[in-house]
Amino acid sequence: MAQDGTRPGPGSTGGNDDAGPASGTVLPGPAHAGADDLVQLIDHHGVRHPHGHYDALVADVDGAALQRLYEDMVVVRRIDAEATALQRQGELALWPPLLGQEAAQIGSGRALRSDDFVFSSYRENAVAYCRGVDLADILRVWRGNASSGWDPYTINMATPQVIIGAQTLHATGYAMGIVNDGADSVAVAYFGDGATSQGDVNEAMVFAASYQAPVIFFCQNNHWAISEPVGLQAHVPIARRAPGFGIPSVRVDGNDVLACLAVTREALARARSGGGPTFIEAVTYRMGPHTTADDPTRYRDANELEDWAARDPLARLATLLDSLGLLDAGYTDSVKARADAVAAELREGCLSMPEPAPSDVFKHVYSTPNSWLDRQQDHYERYLASFAQAPQEGPR
Amino acid sequence: MSTMTFGRAITAGLRRAMDEDPKVILMGEDIGKLGGVFRITDGLQKDFGPHRVMDSPLAEAGIMGTAVGMAYRGYRPVVEIQFDGFIYPAFDQIVCQVAKLHYRTQGAVKMPITVRVPFGGGIGSPEHHSESPEAYFTHTSGLRVVSVSDPQDAYTMIQQAIASDDPVLYFEPKRRYHVKGEVDEGVDPASSDMGAARVVVRGTDVTLVTYGPLVPTARDAAVAASDDGISIEVIDLRSLAPIDFATVEASVRKTGRLVVTHEAAQSGGLGAEIAASITERCFDYLEHAPVRVTGFDIPYPYSKLEFHHLPDLDRILDGVDRALRRPNSLSGLDRPDSSQGAGQ
Repeated sequence: MAQDGTRPGPGSTGGNDDAGPASGTVLPGPAHAGADDLVQLIDHHGVRHPHGHYDALVADVDGAALQRLYEDMVVVRRIDAEATALQRQGELALWPPLLGQEAAQIGSGRALRSDDFVFSSYRENAVAYCRGVDLADILRVWRGNASSGWDPYTINMATPQVIIGAQTLHATGYAMGIVNDGADSVAVAYFGDGATSQGDVNEAMVFAASYQAPVIFFCQNNHWAISEPVGLQAHVPIARRAPGFGIPSVRVDGNDVLACLAVTREALARARSGGGPTFIEAVTYRMGPHTTADDPTRYRDANELEDWAARDPLARLATLLDSLGLLDAGYTDSVKARADAVAAELREGCLSMPEPAPSDVFKHVYSTPNSWLDRQQDHYERYLASFAQAPQEGPR
Repeated sequence: MSTMTFGRAITAGLRRAMDEDPKVILMGEDIGKLGGVFRITDGLQKDFGPHRVMDSPLAEAGIMGTAVGMAYRGYRPVVEIQFDGFIYPAFDQIVCQVAKLHYRTQGAVKMPITVRVPFGGGIGSPEHHSESPEAYFTHTSGLRVVSVSDPQDAYTMIQQAIASDDPVLYFEPKRRYHVKGEVDEGVDPASSDMGAARVVVRGTDVTLVTYGPLVPTARDAAVAASDDGISIEVIDLRSLAPIDFATVEASVRKTGRLVVTHEAAQSGGLGAEIAASITERCFDYLEHAPVRVTGFDIPYPYSKLEFHHLPDLDRILDGVDRALRRPNSLSGLDRPDSSQGAGQ
């Protein structure tokens, strides 16, 4: 570590040489300068730019569809704010905000079919929202009431993976199963820039290519792995790694919901038609802390945050909608009402969540009887019962 | 009934499991055309096809992690780890995913994965090819761990492991692959309990507990001891997690003496768990502290010294002598004047 407190800076521009400011290093200027390879349909001023290839993939997205995407993003941002508030009020132990990553998650999440299967990290609450999760379920693990929130098969989305990158292998294996079944669904792995350093992610790409598995590697490069900037982990844009594994890749403006929808649709079509895996690097920004326990002011330049705030995924779509005459008061009022209702539902679901029973701690370790655990459970339950039998004297 | 080797019995068990359930798939390195380095999957890819017998890239974490995904999709993967010492890259996926997903998802996601691990020493191999890592996995909640020692168990228990909705680590003593025995291929795997220990030699003086590669050695020890008029009861644990302590306890209540032997290192090993659990359960019946005869707390040694490390018939009998306080105990570890520097 340099004495002046700056990062040693392996790779001054790292994985973000043309997508935005290089985190932890000198800010290189406008976000899209030289962004020739970055797929973008709506720029940060809210201007829709025609694209020779990707326009066809979103030709069906009319004004009403854009309004729905905007509403989704507003709602998930509100979910995020409400959950953060619940954490500050002591109702949740921890919360990992997705602030700034709404477009990447909604754009990709809305591209999926219900029979596709998602394997995510812990920050993809907007994807879970797209999958139709019961809202309180996304809080269960953070409230400490369960080790995870939902039955994965009800929404075809695995519960959040905490071991960084491990889920990319699960998605690949699931996709190998799809091939064996002769189905045309797709497995989608969500992970961050930090995860791409993990062996599991690299092995997942090897396996996906070997078996031509219908899997999408959706990497949200949000520029920060807790305090470590992407430049510390990636000396070339992350998407450039995938072709070395024999996997086509694309870099997309992760704050452009329409572009994220387009590239995901393309990858899904490739996978469904036997074309194998795709790697998507959605270049976005984690505007909040890693979790509510984190303090980004210790390692992140405030100017960088301002720079990215100017490319906010919601603001640009609002500007576009306004320019199309689709942001009237009636619409914005309905979006606000929807967000308020969802937030109220989330809060109510959190506060009314049933408490687990002590004996639940032993449940589901095994699916078959286990003599070791059964004995421990029996002892512990008799121990607990002894309090009830001797309420004034305690257990002894 | 037919006579077959231990290795062939596993092959036959795999074949029958694959015949009966199309969701059973095999994954591993070199398991296709080659049939695995020990030929346990010989002929299976030819008969079941490459989608059910999958040659994997050489990445154990990748194999285990994709097996998890396959299990999510409803398959029953049987993973071959080529050698015991190669399992560690897969450790995270086994411990954090395979073992925990059922608990994490409150029973919604089952992980019916069988991990076959050729283990143990005695074949003259270099480092990483002779290890006994079972205690890492018996210490991990959510896993079942078994070890087989004869062809009939090999045949039956591989099918029971595959049929189990809980993940099973199936440890195969590689130096016993060539051992022949009678196998009844008509036996219904559902008719017996994979978790039950078995008394393989009846005796009255000492209970000798072991599993896997040392079961034949323990049998030999019982025969040798009988020449001295000592009656050893030999128990093959078969299941290492959970251990059928009821069977061990019943034996120790009768004999009053317990000797545990395994190839794995002593400290923090299964022998310690067995000694502690049996002491807790039948302290008043013990005539002597439980005795462990194990591999040393060393990396697996080079092959010219491996038989110093591995418990053999004489070291086991020495342990039996210690448990019986016989004066001809070679090591004398229990004598008061050896208490310093004896390492115990």
